[in-house]
Amino acid sequence: MPASALQIVLVALGGPLLLGLMAKIRARAEGRVGAPISQPLKDIRKLLSKERLHARHASVVLPLAPIVILAATAVAIGIAPLITTHPALGASADILVIVYLLLTGSVAGALAGLDTGTAFGGMGASRAMTIGALAEPALLVAVIALSIQAGTSNLPAIVSSTLAHPNWVSGPSRLLALVALVIVIIAETGRLPVDNPATHLELTMIHEAMILEYAGPELALVTLGGAMRLGLLFSLVANLFFPWGIGSNGSLVGLLVGVLALALKTSVIAVGVSLIEIHSAKLRLFRLPELLAGAFVMSVLAVITGLVTR
Amino acid sequence: MTLLLVGLGFCLLGVLTSALPRTYRVPVTASCAALGCALAFCAAMRVLVTGDTVSFHTTLILPLNGFAMTLDPLGALFIVATALVGFASCVYCIGYVRGELQSRSAMGLFVAFILSLLAVPAASSIATLMLFWELMAVSSMLLIVVEHRHRREARDAALWYGVMTQLGAASILLGLLLLTLRGGGQTFTEIKSHADALSPIVRSSAFMLVLLGFASKAGAVPLHVWLPKAHPEAPSPVSAMMSSSMVAMGVYGIIRVGDDLLHGGTVWWWIAVVALGTLSALYGALHATTSTDIKRLLAYSTIDILGLVLIGVGAAGALRDTGHPAVAQLALMAALLLVVAHAGFKGALFLGAGAVERATGTRDLDQLGGLIHRMPVTTTIFALSACSIMAVPTLSGFSSEWLLLQGLLHGFTDASTPTLIALLVGIVALALTGGLTAVAFVKALGIGFLGQARTLGAVNATEVAPTMQIAMALLGAVSIVLGLVPGLVVPLINRAAQSGLSRSTMSPLARGTGLVLAQLRGAIQPAFLFVGAAAVLVAVWLINRRLVHRSARRVDAWGCGRDVQTARMQYTATSFGEPLQRVFADVLRPQSDVELTHVAESRYYEQSLKYQNQVSDAVEQFGYRPVIDAVLRGGKAARRIQNGSIHRYLAFGFVALLVVLVVLA
Repeated sequence: MPASALQIVLVALGGPLLLGLMAKIRARAEGRVGAPISQPLKDIRKLLSKERLHARHASVVLPLAPIVILAATAVAIGIAPLITTHPALGASADILVIVYLLLTGSVAGALAGLDTGTAFGGMGASRAMTIGALAEPALLVAVIALSIQAGTSNLPAIVSSTLAHPNWVSGPSRLLALVALVIVIIAETGRLPVDNPATHLELTMIHEAMILEYAGPELALVTLGGAMRLGLLFSLVANLFFPWGIGSNGSLVGLLVGVLALALKTSVIAVGVSLIEIHSAKLRLFRLPELLAGAFVMSVLAVITGLVTR
Repeated sequence: MTLLLVGLGFCLLGVLTSALPRTYRVPVTASCAALGCALAFCAAMRVLVTGDTVSFHTTLILPLNGFAMTLDPLGALFIVATALVGFASCVYCIGYVRGELQSRSAMGLFVAFILSLLAVPAASSIATLMLFWELMAVSSMLLIVVEHRHRREARDAALWYGVMTQLGAASILLGLLLLTLRGGGQTFTEIKSHADALSPIVRSSAFMLVLLGFASKAGAVPLHVWLPKAHPEAPSPVSAMMSSSMVAMGVYGIIRVGDDLLHGGTVWWWIAVVALGTLSALYGALHATTSTDIKRLLAYSTIDILGLVLIGVGAAGALRDTGHPAVAQLALMAALLLVVAHAGFKGALFLGAGAVERATGTRDLDQLGGLIHRMPVTTTIFALSACSIMAVPTLSGFSSEWLLLQGLLHGFTDASTPTLIALLVGIVALALTGGLTAVAFVKALGIGFLGQARTLGAVNATEVAPTMQIAMALLGAVSIVLGLVPGLVVPLINRAAQSGLSRSTMSPLARGTGLVLAQLRGAIQPAFLFVGAAAVLVAVWLINRRLVHRSARRVDAWGCGRDVQTARMQYTATSFGEPLQRVFADVLRPQSDVELTHVAESRYYEQSLKYQNQVSDAVEQFGYRPVIDAVLRGGKAARRIQNGSIHRYLAFGFVALLVVLVVLA
């Protein structure tokens, strides 16, 4: 239980730091100095002190959605094995629960976008849900490929069995699942080449259009929720595919080592994703199904190779 | 058994009380039917809890063949689901006072429909089954036409439905009769003991015929064409029952004949069932994302969920004879849990759609909007049920989908290659439909209930009668209970699955509040998840209040510097689903039409522009209509022999008689 609370606080602080790190790498690659890595945290603090504004035709869904997104993501972080293989609810920490909790967050965001009664909200919701609908199969099948190999879909059990069988990590099934999951994560967190998080042009906005009407404290919650989602997804990829460093026995030293290992692994993944972002342009909206279908095919191949090489 | 018979008796009483004068008719009839449903529910729960099988036999009602009813746990589970939705529909009926459903024949047919739905899972001879099956078909067909004076499409829908259900019934009857070949009796116990004496070809053809009929009733693609026509046109309480219970009867039939009567059969039968399920799930989910009529969306979503149920049933049958029969039972339990969960949330969704139609006068999502301010209770229950169907954790849809995935996942060990491929295809279908269902229901909820009202009908909507709200809340509570504490109903579903798989004694799920796999590794505890989420919600809300003392100020939404933002500028349901319509255009085959009229004086100016976009059912357009057109052409060609001469007609009769006599000799 205390490990889970520590995980939630860690990702709540670390998620924005990862965002800051990715922005810093991009700035340096573009020849600028860039904002400090802790800028997103400062932005969240600044937004909390601003006035709370609601769109005229919005209902209770608009202020409720950021809280729901935050709650769903926090629960998912609490039960996931990020710094220890014994999180809260360990025996019922199923990977499908986490996938569907993330889906809940997306649904809440889309409903809030439609609640504003504007064209931008609907547009963002429609595009975001379409991308989610196309990325979801790849995510589920990749996760199932891992579950078939481990013989269970219980997440701490998958991590423990990967620790016990190091030769699995270099298997073709795992590698295919890794590639598919990286593409899905880029889609789910709204990074280039799927979505540009820094644009506000009508033709190119996806996630930004959905949260356009948020201001002040609610925007802070939405930004924090998005950052925590990014942190969770990076941590899951890190611990599912390279679980070394995770605390196994629950001691304080093990937890600290787990924290450091997680920070290191997620930073490496953030650097990798940032490099992908720098070297690619945003894809046209109707090119995205091809990318996500490719990820889906790779997940299915991961399942098939996993079954064949058993 | 007496309890069930008394319940059915109350339903019969309800049919008779529909002759009362208008002021008493609906309350009395609906109350009788509700009481009948409640008694049937108690009878079925007693069978599920104790595990006993009760029987009833008489030669009075069907003198030639005998009337036999047996209530075993498998049938009892379906009666439980039917009784729940039936009770809610009857309570809903009391408030649904305006409209043609109030008439004598309509109320009588409605109660007869409920009676037949409660009796089909308890029938235990071919004659009894066909009696109630036909009663179900005829009563629902007549109920579809109840509002035909307002909508022409109702007549068309009833025709399609009538023809397809009769063809299905004929197929079922033929298949069941094949099982009585070579001296077998017509009660289910006799068929079961006689089944091994039949040759494999007879068994397989019987199963395929029966599968054709029951799969058509369950809305399996490509036999689903009647469903998106019939379910929207019927009045809402009838649609709720059709979508929740009648389609479940198709699944019941497949499990009863395949698993129970024929002792499981060959693996290929069940792979065919998985194939049908996969097709239905994908096709239904895709069409749900592009439907703009709220009830048509729900109908396609029914096809989707029933496809998932068929995948579960097929996986259970295919895994039955492998080294892991516990996994087969797990898959069957998942399918049964999904049937009950589906009855809960689909019933609530249809009743909610009926409430919206009653309040606004339209079913078209493009004309709704802003209903959350005007109909808060309906919106809340619709949102709850929509979240359940989207598999949001801690609601019933998630529990059943998780269990189904576990059943498919753990079947991969030691399965033969065809089964492996079938399981893989099933998992892929489950994965694909999850996201598409989310798009469909975010569209239904967001465009229909949130935002600004798009037409006067939506602006003038008011909350519906209290009885309608109570009925919807009842079914919404089913979603919550099955989602938070699914462990409570696990023993009941276990008994039903054991009875379905012919007296197995395994219990793949352990006892507890959540779903815990007994021998395999895996569990979910939705109650604890809910507690955790509630704790975080309260914490965030408290921090919000502490840090942010200010209340919200209402401002105009951002409109790119425009002064006026009208309701017409919002996204519509058509535009919401358009990206997916474009991506899957090969499957959906949308038809677009642009008509441009130029000004007479110059081709550079337009006088009028008309744009039409339509997504019709591709299976109907390219599969059924050519066949119907060919039959009509054949009929027109055959009309040439009818030249009006009575001598020619007499000659035809004479020749036909001669041929029959020669054949018989």
